[in-house]
Amino acid sequence: MPTPAVDTEREQHQVDPNQPVVVFENVTISFDIKPVLEDISFTVMPGETRVILGPAGCGKSVLMKLANGLICPDQGTIRIFGEDITKMREVDLFKMRAHVGMVFQESALFDSLSVEDNVAYRLHEEKVAEDEAHARVVESLKFVALEHAITKFPDELSGGMRRRVSIARALITKPDLILYDSPTGGLDPITSTTIVELIVKQRDVSRTTCLLITHRLQDAFTLAMNRWNPEKGHMERIPNDGIEDSTKFLVLNEGRVVFDGSTEELVSSDDPWLKDYLS
Amino acid sequence: MPFVSPEVFLKERIAAVQEYYLLTARAVVDIFTPPHYWNDVFTQMDSIGVGSMPIVILTGFFTGCVLALQSATSLEEFGAISMTGNLVALSMVRELGPVLTGLMISGRNASGMASELGSMKVTEQIDAMRALGTDPVRKLFTPRLLATVIMMFFLTIISDAVGIAGGAIVSVWSLGLNASAYFHTSYRALHYADVVQGLTKPLFSGFIIASVGCFFGMTTKGGTQGVGKSTTQAVVVSSVFIIVVDFLVSRVMLAIFNHAG
Repeated sequence: MPTPAVDTEREQHQVDPNQPVVVFENVTISFDIKPVLEDISFTVMPGETRVILGPAGCGKSVLMKLANGLICPDQGTIRIFGEDITKMREVDLFKMRAHVGMVFQESALFDSLSVEDNVAYRLHEEKVAEDEAHARVVESLKFVALEHAITKFPDELSGGMRRRVSIARALITKPDLILYDSPTGGLDPITSTTIVELIVKQRDVSRTTCLLITHRLQDAFTLAMNRWNPEKGHMERIPNDGIEDSTKFLVLNEGRVVFDGSTEELVSSDDPWLKDYLS
Repeated sequence: MPFVSPEVFLKERIAAVQEYYLLTARAVVDIFTPPHYWNDVFTQMDSIGVGSMPIVILTGFFTGCVLALQSATSLEEFGAISMTGNLVALSMVRELGPVLTGLMISGRNASGMASELGSMKVTEQIDAMRALGTDPVRKLFTPRLLATVIMMFFLTIISDAVGIAGGAIVSVWSLGLNASAYFHTSYRALHYADVVQGLTKPLFSGFIIASVGCFFGMTTKGGTQGVGKSTTQAVVVSSVFIIVVDFLVSRVMLAIFNHAG
């Protein structure tokens, strides 16, 4: 059950189903003169899962950090929940981030804190009572099937387990937007599928808007072609080669958008680079 | 290491000074505005203050010992060996206590802060903190700043005390002086101005240690190699700053008290 503090914050950010959650308009950012992202524009609607694909070094992680206000663009506008975050002060960004969950590429767990304290970090910051925080941590860890690891420290966990704890930490306050930065990066195929299954479960159970970076095409298409079966408690293929409508793609190459659209549009694209990339 | 043009070099240095100023100013402002992380302040006070006691006691004690031993040789030539306590107390309280404690704490804690925060920076833990809605300056920098300034004050008092005690042990056991006379001359030698000067310096040293350590930690770039570089830079820069500021504070204090006197 959310705390009163969280409820109060949430009231200020009612997600309008007709208004986009994320809007990038002509966003450009450079590091040391070299442009990393150039003229990026796209929109993510409520409940949408936007998969961001592209080769390594094309600016995917930078885009994710821009979406959470962790870095500021040189040009362009980024609107999250309708608010222009490029003009926000850091103190206002902290309030906005209370509604955004982020899973980092290398998990970014606090190595001096236990799994429980990592997952409960936001609750402790919001001064949630210890008993309630513990109950919510257990619930969140159950979602990622790691309740047995509650007393462990990050260095005692495998890469996949760390990634799952990071997901639990991002989901504990039931955010309105989730940013997954390469959640399967560096993991073996079986562990990657476990992580993708968790993302499918989160998508289909809560219908939360999310941005997901991956360079594994297999993960992207697993997301688009599978659904969560609550009765059986696992992910399954959508019958008749069906495709999940809310999952859309954004493909980047050399800092520019080369594709923005649905799964069908992606697989039927005539763009030679895209065909080569997908093959 | 690639060579850079003087223009780029100067720009980088000016940008670093600007960033240091902005970060430190934010940390100072955060002391006076909520929310406060008091648990982190007390944890840091324990780590910086209690954790540094052994090195401060050992350094202070043996500095007092060697000061008594060396000064006695010169004082004996003038038949003033009884003034050993006077010289040890004045040197320890006005200069050696604050400076040596500053340098010791810098070596132990500026490096610790730079490496801890630097590791957090390169493993994206500081970004994660921001993403979770916490201001890392308020959570990491401000508690360390507050804790170092407070604990430096008390560690300097301890260093002064054990330094004078070390001088006493050498004076009594090695030089054959009377313990009561030693402490009497020590006490008589110290005036209000000396104590104020000696206890003002650690406040500046504490500020320098924490701000430089946290600045280099929070601006670390370049993976584990960058963490090592930040740690070294934090110790070097804070040590030099401590000595430079020690000179400036001495100059100002002497001007104030000589004028007042």
